[in-house]
Amino acid sequence: MKKTHIAILVLIAAAITVIISYTGDLTTYESISSAREKEGKFVNLIAKLDTNQPLEYDPIANPNYLSFTAIDTLGNTVKVVYNNSKPTDMEKSERLVLKGKMNGDQFECKEILMKCPSKYKDDPNAAKEISAE
Amino acid sequence: MNYIGEHLLPGQIGHFFVILSFVASLVATGAFYKAQYALGFEKTNWLKIARISFLLETVAVLGKFITLYYIISHHLFEYKYAWTHSDLQLQTEYLLSCFWEGQEGSFMLWSFWHCVLGWVLIWKAGEWEPGTMTVISFAQFALASMLLGLYFFGSKVGSNPFVLMRNENMIKPENFPVGFDASGVLRADYLQFIKNGQGLNTLLQNYWMVIHPPVLFLGFATTIVPFAYAMAGLMKKQHHWIKPAIPWAAFSAALLGTGIMMGAAWAYESLSFGGYWAWDPVENASLVPWLTLVAGLHTNVIYKNSGYSLRSTYFFYIITFSLILYSTFLTRSGVLGDTSVHAFTDLGMNTQLLLFVLVFFVPALYLFIRNYKQIPAIHKEENTYSREFWMFIGSLVLFLSGMVIIAKTSVPVYNKLFGTSIAPPEDVEFSHNQIQIFVAIVIGILTAFTQYLKYKDTPKAFLGKKIWIPTVLSVLISLGISIWGDISFTKKGPGFLFAIHFAIFAAVYATVANASYIWLGLKGKVKAAGASVAHVGFGMVLFGILISSSKKEVLSWNTTGIAVFKKDKNEDPAENITLFKGQPTDMGQYMVTYTRDTINDRERKRFFEIDFASKDGKENFQLYPDLIKNNKGMEGFAANPDARHYWYKDIFVYISYFAENNQKDTASFKNREVKVGDTVFYSNGLLVFNDVVVNPEAERSKYGPDETALFLNLTAYAKDGRQYKASPGIALKGNELRNLPDTLVSQSLVVQFNKVIDQANGKLEIGIKESAAVTDLITLKVYQFPMINVLWLGIIVMVIGFFMSVYQRIKSNKLKVA
Repeated sequence: MKKTHIAILVLIAAAITVIISYTGDLTTYESISSAREKEGKFVNLIAKLDTNQPLEYDPIANPNYLSFTAIDTLGNTVKVVYNNSKPTDMEKSERLVLKGKMNGDQFECKEILMKCPSKYKDDPNAAKEISAE
Repeated sequence: MNYIGEHLLPGQIGHFFVILSFVASLVATGAFYKAQYALGFEKTNWLKIARISFLLETVAVLGKFITLYYIISHHLFEYKYAWTHSDLQLQTEYLLSCFWEGQEGSFMLWSFWHCVLGWVLIWKAGEWEPGTMTVISFAQFALASMLLGLYFFGSKVGSNPFVLMRNENMIKPENFPVGFDASGVLRADYLQFIKNGQGLNTLLQNYWMVIHPPVLFLGFATTIVPFAYAMAGLMKKQHHWIKPAIPWAAFSAALLGTGIMMGAAWAYESLSFGGYWAWDPVENASLVPWLTLVAGLHTNVIYKNSGYSLRSTYFFYIITFSLILYSTFLTRSGVLGDTSVHAFTDLGMNTQLLLFVLVFFVPALYLFIRNYKQIPAIHKEENTYSREFWMFIGSLVLFLSGMVIIAKTSVPVYNKLFGTSIAPPEDVEFSHNQIQIFVAIVIGILTAFTQYLKYKDTPKAFLGKKIWIPTVLSVLISLGISIWGDISFTKKGPGFLFAIHFAIFAAVYATVANASYIWLGLKGKVKAAGASVAHVGFGMVLFGILISSSKKEVLSWNTTGIAVFKKDKNEDPAENITLFKGQPTDMGQYMVTYTRDTINDRERKRFFEIDFASKDGKENFQLYPDLIKNNKGMEGFAANPDARHYWYKDIFVYISYFAENNQKDTASFKNREVKVGDTVFYSNGLLVFNDVVVNPEAERSKYGPDETALFLNLTAYAKDGRQYKASPGIALKGNELRNLPDTLVSQSLVVQFNKVIDQANGKLEIGIKESAAVTDLITLKVYQFPMINVLWLGIIVMVIGFFMSVYQRIKSNKLKVA
């Protein structure tokens, strides 16, 4: 066998090992009730802001504390705390991907991804209002 | 029915060009294909037909471009594209950016570059023209189909940018009541009510967004040329295309690399990611083809010089272009959904996009496998002391590193295919970094010493004589950096820290060894030094990435806030600091003050002036991060960072939160009688009256030399446990009394000293006002990126190196032909 062939095999084996070990780091998308079952485990919670509940963000008291209630499509709710500034337009986002873990009754969130209907979609039906001032 | 005020002609012209381009590119494909196999007179005829069709195709592509530009620049909002992607307020320089906000416009840009490249090939490629142009014309055909917007057997093919809003079911009584009459029919004069478009996404309103997409798409487009040469070679079963392909591959690598890094610069300058690279799927999808392209370029050079690695060259060029198509699929199909922050909108063309990948990849792979045995290869083993052996290993590592990245990035695709709900890891960046750092080490070291090897075999004496100088030098430099550079990235454990130190050595070694090679190996012949220069740049890029990421520092530590939850080893929860207008705030080595803000009408941006004064008094500068009001139905703001550039670091700041203060100050003072030692409550805590001071030195600036001043010394104890000093005062001059109130912005509290009630008993009157309208506030994030300029400079050097070798190769190819 040629040296290059050996090198190819070794490196491919290394790449495959890396990819397999990567699967161990992968996480899951969860709803609120399934996230509760996996308390302490890092998950991606898919929900949106519950606008009926108060959102607490007071940059005067603490710019690194945001707390709100998230509601998922099944209607479950959970209190979320986020140790960062409040993302703009959170209220407008139709879908939040909350990355973090459940701790007791609250979801401790490390990162919030927002999906805004109008930002990335120019789906004709998303045209909510045509400017007519 | 005729509607008043609509401009239908541009749309019709646009439609015509769309169809023309579709047909002309198909004819060109067929004719070039025929010309490839025909001989003599017949060949000339087919070639003539093919070139004329490609000319028509070029006219059509330009026609589409100009027509759409006309529609956008004349604000013809009856067209969906203009309404969705532009508005009247947009500055002229961003009109072109509207093109690439939508998928259709960016496809047009791509096919425009194909036309340009096509003509260069027709002009220069000679015997390879029919083969390569067959591939390019076919790609044009595939791209033209993306703009068709027609239905075939019930499924939509393409998305036409020239459609009218009213034909796209966008105008409905629910969302546009004024446009309809009582019976629910669209009024003939509906257009007069559509005053403005939705505008361009605020993130794209940045100068990088004018230049980044054209360069990136030119990079995308150029990857087709090596691919087309490889396909032509497979079709003709001849392999001497590898010579003209080298400068093309180098050119492509230069442009794709520049395009990607311009995107990084854009992310750094205008997104609040807090960095230039986030391993976002969109970024990965363009980086991976670059890696495989560079691998292909190297095996191509190996083959030219040693006869090895032709098969892998074919494979790398095929996989590069296929990966470009795959990245198009990833970013445009909406499949990335929850994992990427900046993918395109899903236009419902997923099947077509997937076909776009397969229609190139499958035939190419088939031809490659079928001809595999006929592709010449040398069966004798490469010498371990040969340049080709190590170059091949390097190419292989680049390719596999790309495969690992793309496999990770494709997780959303597996979810779609198998219905799973796998999500990315907790720390996406680290999951890539922990692997790619070893790739950086291997590639850095290979880049450093491989140039010192000769093709076929290297005399050991030569190697020993030359290579020890740069090696020793690099060891010394990198040891110096490791010892005094304060690289202490301990967040991810000692193993990763060691890898960083080792990678810094590799990066230094790559830079130093290649720079020295220009003298030691090439004897200072700069003309021949393209590869060395590119490698120096690459080493600098690695170095810049390593230092700026491992030494990235958060400067805006919130020293006052209370930790929300326990600080874990990866992250400190308090990266934002709150600034009140006009109040200096302690931030590490600086006192920072939000001094003022102004609104720029032209750009509709609000600029904030943040004053940085270093505590040692040596430095004082202002930074101007800004916010731009969001459009497209969103409220709030998009933040644009600002940075102070030093040669050795950047201080990078952006506004993470801003609440407009438009409350009126309606509160009034409430008066209280106090004496020393008394306590007064306010809504958020209590005030303790400590004592009275006459003419205090600390307040000297507030009263004149001929005035007598009385100041009260108060301490506010806020509910959250923080303490503030307040010292309201009065200044007396004869019978004139001036009031000098004091404001505790963070407590929304104004305290004033009204009068002395009873001097004997020390009774005074103070007024307390609590008002939400005390001041504006922002929260700020401040980072420090050391050595980031080495990264940017490295990219420039690398690109210069690529262009030097393009020039060098074209010249040497010409000499051989002549």
